[in-house]
Amino acid sequence: MPPRIRKIPAEPAALLPDHFKAWFAARGWSPRAHQLALLEKAREDRSALLIAPTGAGKTLAGFLPTLVELSSAPAVSTKSVVSTGRTLQRTGGLHTLYISPLKALAVDIARNLERPVAEMGLPIKIETRTGDTPTSRRQRQRRYPPDILLTTPEQLALLLSSDDAPFLFSSLKRIVLDELHALVTSKRGDLLSLGLARLWRLAPQMRAIGLSATVAEPESLARFLVPQPGGKEAAADIVLAGGAAPPLVEMMDTRERLPWAGHSARHALPEIYELIKANKTTLVFVNTRSQAEMLFQNLWSMNDDNLAIALHHGSLDVAQRRKVEDAMSAGKLRGVVCTSSLDLGVDWGDVDLVVNIGAPKGSSRLMQRIGRANHRLDEASRAVLVPANRFEVLECRVAIDAIAENAQDTPPLRIGALDVLAQHVLGCACGEPFFSDELYDEVRTAAPYADLTRQDFDDVVDFVASGGYALKTYERFARIKQDKEGRWRVANPKVRQSYRMNVGTIVEDDMLKVRLVRSRGGGQGKAGGSTGVIARGGRLLGEIEEAFIEGLSPGDTFVFSGEVVRYETLVEDQVYVSRANDKDPKVPSYMGGKFPLSTYLAERVRRLLDDGRAWGALPEQVRDWLSLQKDVSRVPAVRELLVESFPRANKHYIVCYPFEGRLAHQTLGMLLTRRLERARARPLGFVANEYAIAVWALGDMSLMIRDGRIDLDALFDPDMLGDDLEAWLAESALMKRTFRNCAIISGLIARRHTGEEKSRRQVLFSTDLVYDVLRKHQADHVLLRAARADAATGLLDLRRLSDMLTRIQGRITHRELDRVSPLAVPVMLEIGRESVYGEAGDELLAEAADELVKEAMG
Amino acid sequence: MGAGALVSGDVEDMRVSNVSISSVTFAADLSGALFWEEQRLLVVSDLHLEKGSSFAMRGVLLPPYDTIATLGRLAAVISRHDPRIVIALGDSFHDRTAHGRLSAQDRDAVAALQAGRDWIWISGNHDPALPRDLGGTVADEVAIGPITFRHEPTGAGGEIAGHLHPKARVSTRGRSMERRCFACDGERAVMPAFGAYAGGLSIRDVAFAKIFPKNGFVAHLLGDRRVHAIAASRCS
Repeated sequence: MPPRIRKIPAEPAALLPDHFKAWFAARGWSPRAHQLALLEKAREDRSALLIAPTGAGKTLAGFLPTLVELSSAPAVSTKSVVSTGRTLQRTGGLHTLYISPLKALAVDIARNLERPVAEMGLPIKIETRTGDTPTSRRQRQRRYPPDILLTTPEQLALLLSSDDAPFLFSSLKRIVLDELHALVTSKRGDLLSLGLARLWRLAPQMRAIGLSATVAEPESLARFLVPQPGGKEAAADIVLAGGAAPPLVEMMDTRERLPWAGHSARHALPEIYELIKANKTTLVFVNTRSQAEMLFQNLWSMNDDNLAIALHHGSLDVAQRRKVEDAMSAGKLRGVVCTSSLDLGVDWGDVDLVVNIGAPKGSSRLMQRIGRANHRLDEASRAVLVPANRFEVLECRVAIDAIAENAQDTPPLRIGALDVLAQHVLGCACGEPFFSDELYDEVRTAAPYADLTRQDFDDVVDFVASGGYALKTYERFARIKQDKEGRWRVANPKVRQSYRMNVGTIVEDDMLKVRLVRSRGGGQGKAGGSTGVIARGGRLLGEIEEAFIEGLSPGDTFVFSGEVVRYETLVEDQVYVSRANDKDPKVPSYMGGKFPLSTYLAERVRRLLDDGRAWGALPEQVRDWLSLQKDVSRVPAVRELLVESFPRANKHYIVCYPFEGRLAHQTLGMLLTRRLERARARPLGFVANEYAIAVWALGDMSLMIRDGRIDLDALFDPDMLGDDLEAWLAESALMKRTFRNCAIISGLIARRHTGEEKSRRQVLFSTDLVYDVLRKHQADHVLLRAARADAATGLLDLRRLSDMLTRIQGRITHRELDRVSPLAVPVMLEIGRESVYGEAGDELLAEAADELVKEAMG
Repeated sequence: MGAGALVSGDVEDMRVSNVSISSVTFAADLSGALFWEEQRLLVVSDLHLEKGSSFAMRGVLLPPYDTIATLGRLAAVISRHDPRIVIALGDSFHDRTAHGRLSAQDRDAVAALQAGRDWIWISGNHDPALPRDLGGTVADEVAIGPITFRHEPTGAGGEIAGHLHPKARVSTRGRSMERRCFACDGERAVMPAFGAYAGGLSIRDVAFAKIFPKNGFVAHLLGDRRVHAIAASRCS
């Protein structure tokens, strides 16, 4: 059945009991149309997806049907267990589950919900269950469940894997899924969908309410909320909350010269400071932690008015983050510099301006960020976009146009990952034993797994049981086993225990604790390790990615926690740093944002470039830049790929402009250098940003293109995704990281063992080595398939690269130039700043070996 | 050239770099083996055969191909150098019962490698009591000329040992890579682990400082196409 989209319910007044009406009236509110619409859906026994902007009273809308139903239940306690002979049956019991992506949000919502419940005197018991909930309370919750339980996808998975899941959930009437748009884009969404599938079997009467920000394809999101019947599609009804005032978004028209490259927006600092000063509370969003660090530090250095400006990002110590959040709620802050760590979460009514520094990346993402300002529907949110360089001006421009059209670019619904399925299958075996046929049918009711093949499912079960290897030597070590009737159950209690400790799909980067100590002086050259003498202890500043520290030598400076610090040494999982007096850090750590430029915005940027008449909306500096490009080279047309070649300082460059985001460009760069090497162009390196790729070589590539030794059509032929990709994947560090995540999520290796958390330092084998061996001996293993599926959309962005290569076939335009073009300048400036020479390899080692020779000779 | 008595690598043959230990020249092979040309003697250390199944016994179902992979690489380096003697420098098997889990096929592969040459299993801490039916001879240590081969390094001069699984990380301008390596200072050497699943210990660990008195040793890193000699002080 197609989803029914309806805005206004038939008889609003009749849906709300009198004491609810009185409660709304007492607060000077009247129920909103979408709140009543959800009541109507509940009455019709339909599942519903509510799409509403922030500030629309979404959460209350989601709970209203539950509150109304529970308030009309008989007031006397009927929560009793009744024996019906063979089984226990209950009246009462768990009525509504609420699932949130953030445990802090679950706790906060519970608090907000207590208010109407208390004020109306409703006999409703509300509890939360998160990783922080004490064991005693968890046990009680399983035996004496509350009416409403607020929790996270991981806790739901845990509850479902317990023996008493049927008892606990059989009474369930409703599930409320908050921030659904955010949940479904990741493997957590896959895990949640499988949990839903299980709930539909345990509690067929359960209906779902999804709460979501505006998305590109509401119909496909609505499928998530109802069981998918085999072969057809089913969807929940969609309720749209209208009436949000369109946001007022402008681009900062800087007085300063616009930088060619970089991400710091340092040129606009005084203007950003002025904005904070002129508003009550400003949220300043940046794309990466290190940008946040830089900006925060710079703002403080000019903070003559002593404005209360704070810093918030995911790597800061939790206590420090809570302090910022509390100060924010108390209205004590004038500005918060933050990353996506504040994209979701607790509402703060008082934010009156959002400043977004750098590339917006996607229009939906930007709209959600802007929605963080002014959580009142009838007032427009205000936002200022600050491009940090010229390309970002183009991106900001098209993002503003997209917002004006309310054009969404959220990604399509995921195809369920096989590693998550493996975790779920193990979880199922931990609870009631299952038959393969039944579980296969159940799993396919989950929208992301609706098209799962029987072969994939059987391979996953085989993997969970004995590793899924062609070489059948592990049967005797199987983790789950079939009984005589064919039901799968866990082989021993240790398997169950290990599952419980490792549930979840969030694989954190390996993080190290950063502590501030006094410098032991000098530092440089005297490498760290365990030999350095340094005062231990030191103030905890936060956590940093191990991968970043690995690239540093002692003495290198970088920005952390708002100041420039010097790397002293690493001891176990502690990084010791000291205060540095340098103004600029030696090692920039942009490392790119987490998300690449959306396909949709990329397309709009290409259209903007191609349409000279639209340039009028751009700042003069940018117009001049593009005009100059038109004169000396060419401005790429919408569907074509412009390739420029030119010599510079004894090297030869080609620069191309696919506009497909940094991740796809990095993959393309790796593959291009491989091919150029084969063409004997002797490539030396490449650098990629969100918009372009530059490759440099010793060979004269202009000449080679001219005389046909390099055929551009062949160079960019999609067949590079065949053997070249295969050869690269064999050694790609990104692919190995992807594989490691799959190995962890699927339960091949455990993150946590009984009693202790193992850091990677203690892990006794390396997943990189396992990857090498498995790839060579069983290339079609289910885990490698899972890793490949991730690579298509994740760190390697293969699907996007493949789409681009197909799009530009036969549409490559080459310009041979005698020097760098204006359009090429930004990416050329990235060289040395964010240099990637393919994978670090022999070249890096050879360079270090040369230094040794120089030292010896010098 | 500092404390590391490194003889510059053979430019023609990129797969090896020459290493001198107590005046004997060895070829450090890219695979992680050492070859003594005069004696036609090949040394490999820490094969850790059946590590995969050892984990599987404890519920971690690592791919069961590590033994095949390790023996395959060993066969390749043996056919390249055609040694008269092969020394497996201890921890050839991951645990005490690992040899019993060898498949018939892997057992045959070992026998084929042993055919026509002397084979010495040095016992290690993981495999202290190897049975006789594996072919070759079992010994705690072996001395040939000025060189002593034993599993755990003691720091003595002329010693070639394994056990520590040395690896080194090299960082330059924000990028870094980590590889297995030989650690040598001209008087003694610690060999990299040869086993497919064998992890590594950073050469900056205090264990290495105990063996190399002045800390002035050279790490010979196993790169993609060649062995790179880099001062340990340059590594992290």
